[in-house]
Amino acid sequence: MSMREMTYGEAVKEAMAEEMRRDPTVFLMGEDVGKAGTVFKVLLGLHDEFGDDRVIDTPIAEAGLVGLGVGAALTGSRPIVDIMFGDFIALAMDQIVNQAAKLRYMSGGQAIVPITIRSTMGAGRSSAAQHSQSLHAWLAHIPGLKVAIPSTPADAKGLFKTAVRDDNPVVIYEDKMMYALKGMVPTEEDYTIPFGQAHIKREGDDVTLIATSSMVHVALDAADALAEQGISAEVVDPRTLVPLDRETLIESVVKTTRAVIIDEGYKSFGITGEIASTVYNGAFDYIDAPIVRLGAMDVPVPFSKPLEDATIPTPEDVIKAVQDMKIR
Amino acid sequence: MSLSSEILIKMYRAMLRIRRFEEQIWEVYTGGLMHGLAHLYIGEEAVAVGVCAALRDDDFITSTHRGHGHCVAKGGNLEAMMAEVMGRVTGHCRGKGGSMHIADMSVGILGANGIVGGGFGIATGAALSAQKRGTDQVAVCFFGDGASNQGIFFEVMNFAAIWKLPVIYVCENNHYGEYTPTENVTAGKSIADRSLPFGIPSTTVDGSDAIAVYEATAEAVERARKGDGATLIECDTYRYRGHHVGDPGEGYRSKEEIESWMAKDPIQLLRTKILDDNIASGAELDAEEREVEKEMENALEAAKAAPYPDVEEVNQHVYA
Ligand SMILES: Cc1ncc(C[n+]2csc(CCOP(=O)(O)OP(=O)(O)O)c2C)c(N)n1
Ligand SMILES: [Mg+2]
Repeated sequence: MSMREMTYGEAVKEAMAEEMRRDPTVFLMGEDVGKAGTVFKVLLGLHDEFGDDRVIDTPIAEAGLVGLGVGAALTGSRPIVDIMFGDFIALAMDQIVNQAAKLRYMSGGQAIVPITIRSTMGAGRSSAAQHSQSLHAWLAHIPGLKVAIPSTPADAKGLFKTAVRDDNPVVIYEDKMMYALKGMVPTEEDYTIPFGQAHIKREGDDVTLIATSSMVHVALDAADALAEQGISAEVVDPRTLVPLDRETLIESVVKTTRAVIIDEGYKSFGITGEIASTVYNGAFDYIDAPIVRLGAMDVPVPFSKPLEDATIPTPEDVIKAVQDMKIR
Repeated sequence: MSLSSEILIKMYRAMLRIRRFEEQIWEVYTGGLMHGLAHLYIGEEAVAVGVCAALRDDDFITSTHRGHGHCVAKGGNLEAMMAEVMGRVTGHCRGKGGSMHIADMSVGILGANGIVGGGFGIATGAALSAQKRGTDQVAVCFFGDGASNQGIFFEVMNFAAIWKLPVIYVCENNHYGEYTPTENVTAGKSIADRSLPFGIPSTTVDGSDAIAVYEATAEAVERARKGDGATLIECDTYRYRGHHVGDPGEGYRSKEEIESWMAKDPIQLLRTKILDDNIASGAELDAEEREVEKEMENALEAAKAAPYPDVEEVNQHVYA
């Protein structure tokens, strides 16, 4: 497979450009996605190639923007709708939850709604309570939606391309702290990653660290430190929340007998709870220690740096959780 | 209407305070003392100041992501503001809100907002509450040209009209939403026109002219206090700097355009007016400037010396 090193942001852009070249029904719309290339600048150049017709700046009107995307998807287009910050998805929830997610089912299978909604998540930029949330669990809760949450440049590209080709509404979350992250990325046009395939980012025997998005890197850092203490940690990234590759998660815990689950969404009522119950049920007879869940602290994300830092799981938190399992 | 010299001097001073505060923010931010996002109000001072000079302390405002000017004009404290944007515990919000969420409920500042259009419901609800409680308070909603395309704007105008709510919608049309020119994404001849189908009167004023803004607001306030309902005021204005510190503000805006707006600087305009009408001397106005400078220096020193909040505070204030 031919590969090229690129950043996470470049990988997203390349995925989008390739899909737009391949399929003339794909277009992108969102606030400042045109010449400005988004506020994160990750799509710079896309407008040069595809012009106003296919890379479209919109009014600041998230409900309308997503609503138009749903209508377009229902009638033969494959729109990509950009919602700058994941927090702003709240303004479009009705369109996503009551319209996009349900049209196929309610129509008895007549409709398809192939819309891709891309948005961002993640704290760490001192952007305070309305620009830092990780609300992917909201959408994973809704039957009819698929949710992808890539952690590396290669996954970002492969999952994005799959999202555009999928006939269902897909929400794909990019952690805005990862745009500069570099990695090797396949360059074939037909490189895609099937949804529902977890990826083992690092193999290990003593404990499974199940992590999503930027928390994968937190887990990998922790695994490095644990290795020095003689503890071998396996890091597994589900990559998509819906569909969720329950089998791979369970198999890993059957092997290691212990699990720490790390996700940047709120800990309560969130992703880590769903995964923990999956693993408990699937690996019950093998589990040697209570499963630990790490998530964002259940508070609005505070502005002040020392407070914000305290709300996000760190490698130290993961290491401590594993040490408390008294493996050695 | 002829304004008292007291009000003119007060407005001049308020504009200077905003300008100095924002220039200081630029330095604090680029010097690494402030994190997050900083959207500067430089160039738009006459809007916040003209509006707030026509309000009482017990009236309400809702503000935007570009909110420092509104906060200063409505009576926020420079020291507590500077501390807030630097994430210190002595800030208006104990460091929890930061630049985009500055609030000082004690003087009716119901909060800056990180959500574009986030103030529409709150301001209109504050007006509803004033009406229900039988006070004659009014609520002002500051919002941008970009925010005028959010659906909730139309919802709240309908509420305000059917219930004759004491609310004033003040649009700061600075001709861009981030990097997008307003006319590319905004239908109709003007934003002021948008309230007319609801029967809400509107007016467009020169947002560089603090006196014009004051007069338009005073009229709207009078109508609101009398129980005659809402008004929409569109202020034609411009931000000199980029969308936020870090955006040079060029590329999508021509040099000529920026310079043409700077040539009718709101502070200079009011200064000229004060001097021409012999309301104060140049020396007196310069003295105002030195005082503001001093106030700013003190605020900065105090903010820098203030501690960050204790980590224990992180889960306080989630619930009442
Ligand atoms: C709901 C929502 N959508 C998008 C954004 C991102 N955003 C922040 S400021 C801004 C532009 C706002 O333009 P305008 O209302 O004209 O205010 P200005 O910045 O020009 O003062 C945008 C799109 C946001 N903060 N909230
Ligand atoms: Mg604007």
